[in-house]
Amino acid sequence: MLEKANDGAAAQAASANKAAAIAHEQTTHKDAQLHHHHTHAATSHHDGGHHLLQVEDLNVSFCMYDEDAPYFQAKQRDVQVLHGLSIAVHAGEIVAVVGASGSGKTLLADAVLGLFEPNSTVTGRIWFDGERMDAEGLRALRGHGLSLVPQSVSHLDPMMRVGKQVEGFANALSKAERKARREQLFERYGLGPEVARLYPHELSGGMARRVLLCCALMDDPRVIVADEPTPGLDLDLAVRALDDFRSFANEGNGVLLITHDIELALRVADRVAVFKDGTVVEEAAVANFADPALLSDPFTRALWHALPEHDFAATASTDEQGRGNASIDKGGRSC
Amino acid sequence: MLEARDITFGYPGAKPLYSGFSLQVEPSERVALQAPSGFGKTTLCRVLAGFERPQAGEVLLDGRPLPRRGVCPVQLIQQHPEQAVDPRLRMRKTLAEAGDVPQELLDNLGIRDEWMQRYPHELSGGELQRFCIARALATRPRYLICDEVSTMLDAVTQAHIWRVLLDYAEREGAGMLLVSHTPALTERVATRKVKLSRGKS
Repeated sequence: MLEKANDGAAAQAASANKAAAIAHEQTTHKDAQLHHHHTHAATSHHDGGHHLLQVEDLNVSFCMYDEDAPYFQAKQRDVQVLHGLSIAVHAGEIVAVVGASGSGKTLLADAVLGLFEPNSTVTGRIWFDGERMDAEGLRALRGHGLSLVPQSVSHLDPMMRVGKQVEGFANALSKAERKARREQLFERYGLGPEVARLYPHELSGGMARRVLLCCALMDDPRVIVADEPTPGLDLDLAVRALDDFRSFANEGNGVLLITHDIELALRVADRVAVFKDGTVVEEAAVANFADPALLSDPFTRALWHALPEHDFAATASTDEQGRGNASIDKGGRSC
Repeated sequence: MLEARDITFGYPGAKPLYSGFSLQVEPSERVALQAPSGFGKTTLCRVLAGFERPQAGEVLLDGRPLPRRGVCPVQLIQQHPEQAVDPRLRMRKTLAEAGDVPQELLDNLGIRDEWMQRYPHELSGGELQRFCIARALATRPRYLICDEVSTMLDAVTQAHIWRVLLDYAEREGAGMLLVSHTPALTERVATRKVKLSRGKS
């Protein structure tokens, strides 16, 4: 559960927060200037003196049985997966989170949406549009202001036709309006009208991905958290999806784009946060990725070199034993 | 040689995805299949690996049909690893489906010992995919079919995993068929590209 302050303390915190926010608004944001644990891009705004989405000092741990102990003697212990994570999304901005597989990117998305596994402990502070959120608040926002494009295509209901799933049931629009909106979105993403009648298992990977995207865009959210939205889409569709995120952000909304595809991320994002071992190791302006010398963290540089269009080098692999000495070249060859 | 001969396949109640489709993959080749999303690339991969039976035509390995029992010498590594493992088995048991898996292979793929006791939902997509690759390679297949195997991986891990796959193909003389939407990756690993278009190959 997120920390719950009692009412008095909350009110006090809110007023202190407001004062800080106003001070924040008055600071001039030079491009990529670092403050509040994050940088700014030229297009970052602080509408109403706050961030659209701000996460500070997020910690997520899981209570698990000790994996090394014999089965019946295993004690429970906490495994910390995210620690001290801070990230902010400004209005009008796409923040890309790129990072090692297994570093906890998806857990960040889950925490922001208030989706907590029963054995998890989550602490930290999350503000949405200037309001401090607790677990209840995040739950209420889900689908009404904050939308998720989930990573796994298994998030679709296997027993429901996809057209119905996209149209949803609990929002303000009338049935006919929702249908029209769904048809419009389907057309935009090249899904034929017959697709609405299909069940999820009848879709290809790329089609399912597009259906998930349509779900998120259905009810005008303020922030979209997109967890790996592009795998399985051909380049043309992936670019179209990202362009949609761009125009969505340009209307004063925010996107947290979680991806491993640096190249696509750089195409649309304003800032890139590099994620490793459960925390953000570097926030870099998109321009810095033009040259590895401008990147400060060894892991970020390793990512750059590993791209197929650069060296395709498996140096400093995420191989876990190599944690902490990521700059050591293990002699990876290129093809 | 892995050969698809005049294959027709369609799902029940739908138009055939392709009819009379043929493709040949030599052991020394790494063939990239290219087609727009929704064309039926994944289905074709499943047909070639023996998961689906074509309505007409046949899949031949060195002139003979794929064996109906035992380990299939054509192994498919799927696009969504979370759908390729039993959600109720711990990873150790999932791996054991392939028999003995050499420790060296696990090390090469960066599979940590502590993951063995976990269930699939306790691993990330990329971690799960490494298990699927280990399971496929441990059976020492003659042909590997890689359906978007690295889309859920970060660039460093992607390069690393592909190094393992390419080393295997080179060492064992195994052929490979791959699907990828990343042109730069296809350029790097494929020796030949096949563009699919509606109706024929």
